[in-house]
Order: sequence, then structure tokens, then C-alpha cells
Amino acid sequence: MTDSGIHITLQQAAPIPLSVQLDCKSGELLALVGPSGSGKTTVLRAIAGLYQAQNATILCQNEIWQNSVQNIFLAPHQRHVGLVFQNYALFPHMTVLENIQQAISQLPKQQRQTQALELLKKVHLEGLERRYPKNLSGGQQQRVAVARSLARQPKVLLLDEPFSAVDQVTRRKLYRELLVLRESLSMPMILVTHDLDESTLLADRIALLHKGEILQTGTPEFVAAHPKSATIARLMDQQNLFTALVIAHDQAKQKTHLRWRGILIEATYQEQFAINERVCWMIQSANILLHRRGRPSNGNKENPLQGQITEYMESSGLAHLRVQVDKKLDTTISINVPLHVAKRNTLGLHEKIGISLLSEGIHLMPYQVLRNES
Amino acid sequence: MDWQALALSVKLSFVTLLFLLPIGILLGRWLAYRQFWGKSLLQTLLALPLVLPPTVLGYYLLVAFSPNQGLGLWLVNTFGTTLIFNFQGLVFASIIFNLPFAIHPMQRAFAAIPREIREAAACCGMRPSLVLWKIELPLAWSGIISAMVICFAHTLGEFGIVLMVGGNIPAETQTIAIAIYDRVQSFDDHAAAIMSFSLLLFSMLTISFTYWLSARSERTHD
Repeated sequence: MTDSGIHITLQQAAPIPLSVQLDCKSGELLALVGPSGSGKTTVLRAIAGLYQAQNATILCQNEIWQNSVQNIFLAPHQRHVGLVFQNYALFPHMTVLENIQQAISQLPKQQRQTQALELLKKVHLEGLERRYPKNLSGGQQQRVAVARSLARQPKVLLLDEPFSAVDQVTRRKLYRELLVLRESLSMPMILVTHDLDESTLLADRIALLHKGEILQTGTPEFVAAHPKSATIARLMDQQNLFTALVIAHDQAKQKTHLRWRGILIEATYQEQFAINERVCWMIQSANILLHRRGRPSNGNKENPLQGQITEYMESSGLAHLRVQVDKKLDTTISINVPLHVAKRNTLGLHEKIGISLLSEGIHLMPYQVLRNES
Repeated sequence: MDWQALALSVKLSFVTLLFLLPIGILLGRWLAYRQFWGKSLLQTLLALPLVLPPTVLGYYLLVAFSPNQGLGLWLVNTFGTTLIFNFQGLVFASIIFNLPFAIHPMQRAFAAIPREIREAAACCGMRPSLVLWKIELPLAWSGIISAMVICFAHTLGEFGIVLMVGGNIPAETQTIAIAIYDRVQSFDDHAAAIMSFSLLLFSMLTISFTYWLSARSERTHD
């Protein structure tokens, strides 16, 4: 049980199925990630007291906000929670300053004004205090919403897809601002997003939510590289996901050998899977080595494969390749390489290339049927 | 011009508003935000005065409050008064008759406030009563004022239900609409014309005011 963070347990079968257990420490930013309709916003609303789950325990900074067994449920206004809504939900009939002051209405007028102005300065909105929300840009509205949510000195800060309503340029700017701002914040922070890049950039840990159930939590990098199941790998947008058969373990060399459509693959030792057991396996693009033409290296010896580029796209300084590794097997692997590497190796559509799958990057998972196995 | 009838009509309108304002806000807000069993039936009942001829409604009120039976008899026995052929009766009938004109615009005005705005207010630490006072009422006020203006004008010009429930007692239940009818019956066309024109003018002003309010509200919050 956390002492200075937030501990959340939500269980219910209907109307919205929920099976959630989350902890977020003070100063930690936890991203609640999942596809649309997975229940992310419902979890956030339950924490804020805007939704009452049937079986729930929510303990924040040693204060019970909800306990279904003891029949305790604090209304939203009784919880010290800062919530930034997806569309910001600013009060349209109030100025920027008045919007922020609403969260500290218990303070004397002068103190209220001083604190609100300080917060505006913190979110770089000095000089806009007399404006109405309709006269602000999306990015400015988001900053007002953040300032308002912080005004009450919340015990937890909840951010419900706060970057979804702004353009990409503004979004990047707001990412940087949030990263700077969070350094000065000591409360637990929970960010809801369906954007994996966003969660990787901003969060200390992610919790992957699917159909109301938390499937895995961990650092974004760990969950992406070590998903517990193929479903999680898919949700983490893993492109190279396949099935194979475990054929041998070599404890001395710390290797596990797989047969993937007739090709022998060497992975790091993963003894939890028995010999002759069918498994799913995946490899991230970062663990696929492109053979330099004419200059073989040692890495080339690791699970070497020859193939032909069947798809080639360039964007944001990267070349996205789909490589058909065996025509007869009809198996393709996705690779992203820096554009300059692609240019230097004269990569292009229908070009033949060699790749290596680094064994340490091959991650095994329990078997499940994969739709459209690539 | 029958100033006494006009004064009675204005008084009736104001007293009706006094009751309709809280009723409309509470019922309109409740219907806007809550889903419950029987909501459609309740809304149908509340909308009935929109389509029911005023005389029919007046007839049922007359029967209901007849001092010889049922509710009317209970009122006489309990409070020593009745709700027909007196000013209180007119007020009660006006409230019933104006319910849809008060509740519908207010319900629409409350329903137009995004749920997130109300929730953001709660997350700012506002109690529900404070959310109503500081957020909902200012955002719904144009709808509330429109409803009140329409109810005022409607009560001022109501004829059928007033005649059925109140009769035609000068200084007690004779409103301006009944006074116009009275003048026409007694061939005093001049007085009838002046009073009719006054009501026409007032109605036009009322409608213009509500349109102006609605446009102003859209400009403010867009």
C-alpha cells in the first residue's frame, strides 16, 4: 500500500467491465495507455469521483476516497484532484484569471489573485488573464486548464488526453513544457493517452489497458520490449510478431532455439517455455541489423536472413521497410532505419538485402493464434 | 383602457413567474441531467398544456377544485378556501398552464451545458449548489430569461383557462384578455382596440427580446 501516492483498485463486470489495480507514486507520471474504448477515461473519472465503480478502493496520500466495503465514497469536490479534460472544459463565461480562481475560491481575494497570476506565469500565459477562453488558441486553453488543475494543490493530477485537441507543432511544444513543469510537481500524475510515442516520451511507467483490464505495467521501454502476451505486443504496435516452435535450450550458451517456418532462430535463453512448445515471438525493429553491402560484420552471423524489399516509405528521417525474407514462406519483417543509412546502402523497392535478428532482442510469449501473421 | 384589468393581469403574470422560476429551474435541470424510469411519461404530462385547449384544462381544474368533492372539498375543509373563482385559483391555473413554456426552454438551456464543464467545476472543489450558482445559472440564464418572458406574455394574454377557473369578476379575476372580450360584447370597440393593440405590441416586444437574448448568448459562448 502506498503512503504518499495513489492506490487504485477497481473491479466490476458491468455496465463497463473493469479490472484495474494501479499504484502511482508521488512525483511519478503514469500513462494509462490503450485503444479507444478500452476504459482509460472511465478509470480516470473513477479516480476523480465522477464515476462510481461497484467494487473499488481508492486511497490517495493516506486518505480514503472510495471504499466499497466500508461504503465510503467522496464526491469529486471533496477529493483534492486536479483534472485536465480532453477538451479542457474551461468556464466560457469567465476570464482566464477567473477560471483559475474558481479552484481556490476559499482563499481571500488578494491571495487568490496573487496565486492565480503566479500559476499563469508558470504556464507562460502572463498578460492573457483578462481574455475569455474563446479568444485563446488550443495550446493556450490547455495551459489554462493545467494551471486551473494545479491551483487547488491537488493530491493527484489527472490528464485526460490533454494533447489530442492541438496540432502537432503545438503538441511538441506542450510536451516540452509538461516535461519541465513536472519536475516541480510532487504529486502522482496519471496521463490518459492512446498515443504510444506520447507515453514513451512523457511517462515514467505505462499501464496498458484493454477492455477495462490492466494487462501489464512497467516502463514504456520494458513493456514494448517484453510484452507478457502477443495481445500486449499487438497493442504496443509491435510489427514483427510471429509463431514458432521451441526446439532446444542450450543452458551453457544461454540460448533457446526456435523453428520458425522452417528457419532456425536463436534467441536468448528463455527456459519457461518447454521444448516442443508452440510460442509467439517478436523482435523490435531496433534489434534487427541491416547488413552493410560489401562490408560484413560480426553481427551478421546472428540469425542471418536474406530478403527483398517489398515496401519502402520515407518519413521523419526514417526509412520504413518491409522485407520479404523468403518468397515461398511469404513472410515479411518490418524494419526502420535512419534515412542516411538507407541512402548509403542504396535501399529501395525490390532491392535484395541481408538482415540479422539479434538474439537478445527476440522475446518469447505464450502461444496464441495470430491474425494476419506477417 | 381598463387599467384595473391590466394591473390584475400584470400582477397575475408576476406572481406566476415567482412560482415558475424555481419550479422551472429545478424541474428543467432535473430533466436535463437525469435519466429515470417514467421520464418520457412525465415529459408528456408536462407538455400536455401545449396541445390541450385551455378550456379543457380549465374544465378539469374546475372539476378538481369544486368545493363539493375530492380535492376541492379537502381544500375547503383544511384551509377554508378554494381555488376557483378567485385570484389564487388563477395563479394555480396559470402555473399549470405555463409549465411547458417554463420547463422546456430551461431544460434545453441546462442540457446545452457540456457535462465536462460541470465536472470541471466539481473538480475545482465546488459543491453542487455552488456549481448551480456560479456555473450553470450564468450559462443557462438566457434560456431562463427567455422562458420567463414567454411565460409572462403568455399569462398576460391567457383567456380560456382564466375564464373557466376564474370567471369574470372585476378586480378579482377579470384580466385584460377577458376585459377585451367584455368590451367587444358590449360594443365598446374603441376600448377593445386599444387594449388589443397594447397586447399585440407587448407580444412583439417579448418575442424580439427573446430572439435578441438567444443571439447574444450564442455570441458570448461560441
